[in-house]
Amino acid sequence: MGAAMIDRDGTPGSIGQPVTRVEDEHFLRGESRYVSDLIAKSGALRVAVLRSPHAHARLLAVDATRAQALPGVVDVLTPNDVASVGDLPCDWVPPGMDVVAQHPVLARDRVRYVGQAVAAVAADTVHAAEDALAAIAVTYEPLPAVADQEAAMADDAPRLHEGTTGNVAFRYRRTGGDVSRAFADADIVVRRRLVDSRVTAAPLEGRAVLSAFDPGAGRLTHHTTSQLPHVHAQALSQCLGLPLHKVRLVAPDIGGGFGSKLGFYTEDVLCALLSMRTGRACAWAERRAESFVATTHGRDQIQHVELAVRNDGRILGLRSRIVADLGAYALGMGPGVPAINTGLSVTGPYRIPHVDTEVIGVYTNRTPTGPYRGAGHPEATFLIERMIDELARTLGHDPAEVRRMNFVPSSEMPHRLPTGLTLDSGDYAATLDAALALAGYAELRERQARLRAEGRHFGIGLATLAEGSAVGPSIAMRAIGFRRAGHESARVVVHADGRATVFCGTQSTGQGHATSLAQVAADVLGIEVADVEVVEGDTQVVPFGTGTFNSRSMAVGGSAVYEAARKVMHKATRIAAFKLQRRQRDLGYERGVFRAVAHAGIAASVAHGSKQVAQRVTPLVFARQTGFALPPSPTPHGGDAITLADVAREAHLGHDLPLGMPPGLDETYFFDPKDIPFGYGSHVAVVEVDAETGHVALLRYVAVDDCGRVINPLLADGQVHGGAAQGIGQALMEAVVHDGDGQPQVHAFDEYAMPHAADLPAFETARTEIPTTLNPLGAKGIGESATAAATAAVINAVLDALAPLDVTDVEMPMTPMRIWYAVERR
Amino acid sequence: MTMPTVSMTVNGRPVREEIEGRTLLVELLREKLGLTGTHVGCDTTQCGCCVVHVDGMAMKSCTMLALQCEGAEVTTIEGLAQHGAPLHPMQAAFRQHHALQCAYCTSGMVMMALDIVRRHREPDEATIREELKGNICRCTGYHNVVLAIAAGARAMAERPG
Amino acid sequence: MALAGGQTLLREMKRGRLSPTSLVDLGGLVPRDVALRDGAVWIGAGATHAKVAASDLLQRRFPVLAGLVAHIGDPAVRNRGTLGGGVAANEAAGDYPAACLALDATIETTARRVTASEFFAGSGELRTALEPGEIVTAATFPVTSHAAYVKFLNPAARYAMVGVFAARAADGSVRIAVTGARAHGAFRWPEAEAALGAVFAPESLRDVRLPPNGLVEDLFADATYRAHLAEVLARRAVELAVMRTQGVLVLSHGSSR
Repeated sequence: MGAAMIDRDGTPGSIGQPVTRVEDEHFLRGESRYVSDLIAKSGALRVAVLRSPHAHARLLAVDATRAQALPGVVDVLTPNDVASVGDLPCDWVPPGMDVVAQHPVLARDRVRYVGQAVAAVAADTVHAAEDALAAIAVTYEPLPAVADQEAAMADDAPRLHEGTTGNVAFRYRRTGGDVSRAFADADIVVRRRLVDSRVTAAPLEGRAVLSAFDPGAGRLTHHTTSQLPHVHAQALSQCLGLPLHKVRLVAPDIGGGFGSKLGFYTEDVLCALLSMRTGRACAWAERRAESFVATTHGRDQIQHVELAVRNDGRILGLRSRIVADLGAYALGMGPGVPAINTGLSVTGPYRIPHVDTEVIGVYTNRTPTGPYRGAGHPEATFLIERMIDELARTLGHDPAEVRRMNFVPSSEMPHRLPTGLTLDSGDYAATLDAALALAGYAELRERQARLRAEGRHFGIGLATLAEGSAVGPSIAMRAIGFRRAGHESARVVVHADGRATVFCGTQSTGQGHATSLAQVAADVLGIEVADVEVVEGDTQVVPFGTGTFNSRSMAVGGSAVYEAARKVMHKATRIAAFKLQRRQRDLGYERGVFRAVAHAGIAASVAHGSKQVAQRVTPLVFARQTGFALPPSPTPHGGDAITLADVAREAHLGHDLPLGMPPGLDETYFFDPKDIPFGYGSHVAVVEVDAETGHVALLRYVAVDDCGRVINPLLADGQVHGGAAQGIGQALMEAVVHDGDGQPQVHAFDEYAMPHAADLPAFETARTEIPTTLNPLGAKGIGESATAAATAAVINAVLDALAPLDVTDVEMPMTPMRIWYAVERR
Repeated sequence: MTMPTVSMTVNGRPVREEIEGRTLLVELLREKLGLTGTHVGCDTTQCGCCVVHVDGMAMKSCTMLALQCEGAEVTTIEGLAQHGAPLHPMQAAFRQHHALQCAYCTSGMVMMALDIVRRHREPDEATIREELKGNICRCTGYHNVVLAIAAGARAMAERPG
Repeated sequence: MALAGGQTLLREMKRGRLSPTSLVDLGGLVPRDVALRDGAVWIGAGATHAKVAASDLLQRRFPVLAGLVAHIGDPAVRNRGTLGGGVAANEAAGDYPAACLALDATIETTARRVTASEFFAGSGELRTALEPGEIVTAATFPVTSHAAYVKFLNPAARYAMVGVFAARAADGSVRIAVTGARAHGAFRWPEAEAALGAVFAPESLRDVRLPPNGLVEDLFADATYRAHLAEVLARRAVELAVMRTQGVLVLSHGSSR
């Protein structure tokens, strides 16, 4: 790429360092700026949303007359008021999906899930707004509801949307090889019906919006809890017919997202519209109870799986039919998550040449589903990891060895999967070995044998995975129906004092981009991390962006930062060479200083010097034409060294630059990945189960991951810890539950169980590091893979513990009651 | 009907505000006093994002009426280190050990950590994990939070005076 | 309504389940001490759980009670919640009511002294014997030599899915109290008590069943499982009382501690 890239003499830069986060002081001092904090100080009108209590009903009338007259109420929106507002976008439409039932901003003739927005009130206070909801008279005609995706496929099931048969939104099929032959050749077929439960991301910060329309300027300033500021700005523009250059969307501090803040929600449109109508800023902050119905849920797949196997444990073929619950509407990324992410990933890290996967997306009368940490990949990991343990148990083989024998070996990398994706790099066996060693696997099996003899139920569960991350090449996005970009952009500006600002289109919701992206820029620029400021999340300041999801921020965003910084250095090097009167290749660069390298001979300098004279024509011509003599340059030419700060000052000043070079030290780069890198790992969970009560003690959790080049090991470990905790939560306790009529049974944290500190062990983590060649950093994603691994590993561990009791399955979440029943009913 | 007035000391400064009877302490802090470092994360008194100190003890400000704090000394996260002053050793330990990611739960975690240390001078891992029963974190898996609290406790024990 | 620590009342008000028109703050109006009186532990209604759990006196003389209180709610809740609140609210999974019943406590109010059995069998608004305007002022717990409490936390709400308090007094009388299993709160289990009359040992409970009829059902425990849990935890509480004389065991799903 381009001309001379200065060698930094091998001096370690900030990439790879465990830098403590630069943004932490601000949080620790309580100086956070979450949207709700801005709302508290804003004086904005407060918005409350009226939500359907019915899972399925005709909406006959909405009368807000009484509500409008209440003291403190400033405006009310009913369905008529939003007739001309566009529906919320669905931006991931798998090929072949015919019926894209978009979510209306307010329900029109029908409500289709409990919690669906029907009206909105803007009032002086939260209490006034919420009290006014009770004064809105809504006439519903309840309809039969269906709350299960397989039931929804029945001929006589209630139909949610016109144009579907059995509420089926899409059937997405990927095949490779000859599956019939594989099953014909198999010695054994292992069959299972598996359920990947419905969960919710539950970040501790609920969603919140603060929207302010300035009618004089025609400009909307919109603060919201978004993982995709630029995408959401476009969605807002489309829904409301606002010109995009007049929409400024700001995502300030965001308190966790995990995918639930990727969707573009109705409350954003409602607050913006209310602001446009009232001329006041309008704000909404989600109550926790609201979040259980109003924010997308995750996962929810019923998986019918068949594995064709040889007696020695080799997997010949995999057939799966996956029925995914989309919920009541196709919202945001929802449909693509099971279709593409699960559908293309079911083979995991294994060489399975014959595959037939059908993913069926079904509408039901429940909250729409969307991406949740891993977004379809954990579902695929669960499917194959559960089956491979099942296979091991059936054959009486060690589950570690069955995995090893089926891995795609590192010698075959890159490896094209039958579903079309390519595993780019990796030594899965090495990572498995590292995990088994860290866990002390052989000793664990011995201990298990001893404890079993005492009648105790000690279990060891493995999960090995390869997860596609850092999406993705733009052309591939088009192929899979992803109506958003796959590239990411960054702009690196070096200021006149040699410090830098990085503008990136990603959006941190806790991942630490202010530090990690600064490390990338600082490394390339040869300056301190503290001298780099990272700016994200403001569409007025960062003009382009795709956002943060699928663990792409470092691999794609970081690569854009890297390349932009390299462009800056390319120009800075030219300026330095010009000032020092040396060839570029005669300069070394270390810690912010360009230095002439000792070996450069006189002849080379002379030759270079005459070329330099030619570069200085412009000042000579100027002097002759105007009669002005130019004073000597403040940074004299020649000498042995010049700092980046001096170069930057020269660049900004522009008094004395090489001929034809425009001023400034400011470069933008759009990084479009060549392909999707696959992070991978091996995790081991160790449990003891009390069969009498169903209690599970999670004794140990071991994780060895490979995310390619690690930019900040402290942050990478943090992602593994947090990711594993959420995966463990789904395995053991988290569940969003509805009754048969679509009525939610979970409304609060006293019904939705999440792991607390005492429920988790200290995590034992290690890493292998094989860089990918797919981006200049060599980085793969790390933010989500632990979640996928943890659910599978813990489930496998519990089933391993209960195997002597002939328990063959326990559906997730494996609550104490479910475990006990499985033991009782075996 | 006149609204009640409540007087208390917040972060060392006297405060006197006219409020509704139903105003929660967390609402007083965030909306009347602009101290938004204390957060609301749930509606069932479980998550701990709202933990502050009242008369030296950790309490969940979302489940207290402001009126119940009449005459009390309230300390919020903003009160641990005055503007520009160095971080409190517990705050510093959280940073050192990467014990915050999105940081929404962090102020509650730090305030609870101080209460843990008040009652267990140098708590071990098991004690810390048990004592965090009322604080939920969705980002960190608690691993680094536990390390930070142990380190913060040690640093506080070594402080002179 | 009377407001003590507010950890139950305010929570229920926020959820819209209780809507009193006015509150009377009892802070400072009821005693807060922990004392030993005539071989019994006397705890003022205003004593916070934190104070009770940390009481040197209680830890030395009646550790099972200190331990039970140390596991009510969470540390921040314990800095506010009080014995009076815990007793008067009589939550379905309340820990204090189970202790009161199993230890044959006496509840003192502004009007009278009542046995725990009388107090928690009441038909008042919260299923206690409190009359309107009557306020709990203290509770007295006879120090019992063999007593243990075992509870299994609901993974979401983190209160007792089922909790069983087993106690054998010096005169050999046995009391078994179960909490978390019925909507109207903790209750004594006469069949279990009878089975333990001869030999106070877990084996004595081998054939004792708690009928599932009428037991609380929620996402984490249906009636059948809950009944089973009560049976198991009763055996474990008795075992703990025998082996350690005084003990508290809290089971939490996932936790190995």
